[in-house]
Amino acid sequence: MKRTITVLVENTFGAFDRVATMFSGKGFNIHSISIGRTEIDEVSRMTIVTEGNDQILDQVTKQLNRLIDTIKVVDLSHIPKTLRELALIKINYEHDSIEEIKNLSDIFRGKVVDINNKSVTIEITGPPEKIEAAVNVLHPFGIVEMARSGTVALKRGEQLKEVKSKKSKGKKEKK
Amino acid sequence: MSDDKKLSGAQIFFECLKEEKVEHIFGYPGGATIKLYEELYDVDFLEHILVRHEQGATHMAKGYAIVSGKPGVVLVTSGPGATNTVTGIADAYMDSVPMVVFTGQVPTHLIGNDAFQEADIVGITRPITKHNFLVRNVDEMAETIQKAFFIASTGRPGPVLVDLPKNVIADFSNFNYPDKIDIRGYKPQYNGHHNQIKKAAKIIEKAKKPLLYVGGGVIMSDGSNELKVLAEETGIPVTMTLQGLGAFPGTNKQSLGMLGMHGTYWANRAIDECDVLITLGARFDDRVTGDVNTFSQKSYKIHVDIDPTAIDKNVLVDLPIVGDVKHVIAELAAEIEKKPKIDKWLKQIQQWEDECPLVYEKDDGKLRAEYIIEKVSEQTNGDAIICTDVGQHQMWTAQYYKFNHPRSLITSGGLGTMGISVPAAIGTAFANPKKRKIVSFSGDGGFQMNMQELITAAHHKLPITFIIINNSFLGMVRQWQELYHAEKYSFTDLAESNPDFVKVGEAFGVESFSTNKIEEVDSLLEKALAVNDRPTLLEFKVVKEDMVFPMVPSGGSVKDIIIRKHNPNKLV
Repeated sequence: MKRTITVLVENTFGAFDRVATMFSGKGFNIHSISIGRTEIDEVSRMTIVTEGNDQILDQVTKQLNRLIDTIKVVDLSHIPKTLRELALIKINYEHDSIEEIKNLSDIFRGKVVDINNKSVTIEITGPPEKIEAAVNVLHPFGIVEMARSGTVALKRGEQLKEVKSKKSKGKKEKK
Repeated sequence: MSDDKKLSGAQIFFECLKEEKVEHIFGYPGGATIKLYEELYDVDFLEHILVRHEQGATHMAKGYAIVSGKPGVVLVTSGPGATNTVTGIADAYMDSVPMVVFTGQVPTHLIGNDAFQEADIVGITRPITKHNFLVRNVDEMAETIQKAFFIASTGRPGPVLVDLPKNVIADFSNFNYPDKIDIRGYKPQYNGHHNQIKKAAKIIEKAKKPLLYVGGGVIMSDGSNELKVLAEETGIPVTMTLQGLGAFPGTNKQSLGMLGMHGTYWANRAIDECDVLITLGARFDDRVTGDVNTFSQKSYKIHVDIDPTAIDKNVLVDLPIVGDVKHVIAELAAEIEKKPKIDKWLKQIQQWEDECPLVYEKDDGKLRAEYIIEKVSEQTNGDAIICTDVGQHQMWTAQYYKFNHPRSLITSGGLGTMGISVPAAIGTAFANPKKRKIVSFSGDGGFQMNMQELITAAHHKLPITFIIINNSFLGMVRQWQELYHAEKYSFTDLAESNPDFVKVGEAFGVESFSTNKIEEVDSLLEKALAVNDRPTLLEFKVVKEDMVFPMVPSGGSVKDIIIRKHNPNKLV
């Protein structure tokens, strides 16, 4: 079963590598991992999609928490959340298939972001299942290249601010 | 502020060590750290111990850390200096030993250029350190070093590496050592959950066959006195892991000795049959559990550990308590109001002990490791600091040396590092204010892995008794070859290729003796243990084919245990 974990890490040298090293060192799977900045300058958010039962997930979250650069780990598996992924899908089209590709893409609210006389690139955003479905439907037309962002996720509903910027507290003055 | 008030990175480095009250560093100079050594030349608040190989420095730091309770400190240069520390760091990580390793690094502008003596030591040691740092700017040096000591010595202890580029050591900055440290992603939890502890107390009160399973966490948290109170007030028997030996006195009749693969028969039967298993600072290592599916199936498991990841990692437990073992044991002892009724249980354990005591062949007139270790235990009253290497003599030491004090055994439990004994013993000698006897056991194989450090011991006139148990074999591998690998003694026979250990010792300036006679053991030990101003080396040539029993085969369960008397054909 696929599970989504979101991790807030210090935006320091090697923080990402520590997480990746922990996963490979402990033999845990990573389906996707994405990392980007957050509302706080020195904090990054990682969204990790992994696989395993409750016991494995328990270990994954504990091992993540154990890393010094990790500020907060939330296993989103059993709580309401918003999941999003972005895919860029490039298809070499035939003259008679372009219309159909466009129609199918529209069903998924996809956008044509690049086209020339041989190939078309479609951008699709949505929950991971929607991306999967779109890929399946477009597959018969011959996907020649694809790039996916990996999942990003946020818990639904109101969020109490748990992590504050260190900088806002005022950095220690240097004499 | 003017530049003349600024300190160089090297000066800041030593100011930090002074703040951290570091008294000893184990190190080896080199190009990248030459500025630090220039500064060290005039530093008088600490002693630098020059090793002969950086691996030796890390093992010394381990011995030093376990005996002193303070982090061991290592200082080495970049590239090979740094990579030579890898084994010792991994070893300390597996055994949760506090250590701070400083490595030199090429100047920041050359990092990534394959510069001379460059190695990405931060990348290399990431999975084997509790945390590590590359100091990219001299302004960050003090805070980073403070964090390193804090992380290494708090929570579940472990090694921390700090990589110091050459230009950072040379640059200037203001020295400012913050009084308080705050790492928002690192907040070890010391106090156990009160209700969980209460619940555990209630369960222990009602237990009919309880057992205390004690690991190195009790020693590292200085919880031995608390454990003694808990055990004596409840009467519950105590079995220890290899790292836990000494946490509870080996001569106390409640001690069942070590459990696990080469643990005592009665400790292993007890863990199999107990109804409440109270695990304190231990981690259900595979050498303890064997097959996890058949491990202690009848028991209600209570697990106290400061590291949440240790909980439910190998064995699922019923009642986890995350917290400092010392605190939790004290609270638990206070909560228990009634002594559990366990007379029948104790009788049962005694019966197991009577059935299969620890025995070895004594009547054939041949010298055996077990005999030597028993004699060392007798002559030192179980009060010595003991270092071992890895293999048969290590297990025999665990079985036959009656450790009476915590912080007395330095061995490689998790990683199983051969060659640790000689340097570890040297490390302990610098952390031994009570002047306890120090004995280092090695096999003939492991001794050769770090014997260059004998000169460090000789140079500093350290009163260590180095004992080589020489069976001319890599004995533990030989044992497995005999039992499980068709008696093909593939590359384990050293009879033709061992050096003359007496000459080796003497070449390093260590008075050395050798014997294969039982009747000479006592007097040689007496002589060596009486020396208090220099090291002595004793080589005991023992029978080649001796094996460690009892033995629970790898991945097996208690019912598979091999007791010597059941294997008459394997008796030698």
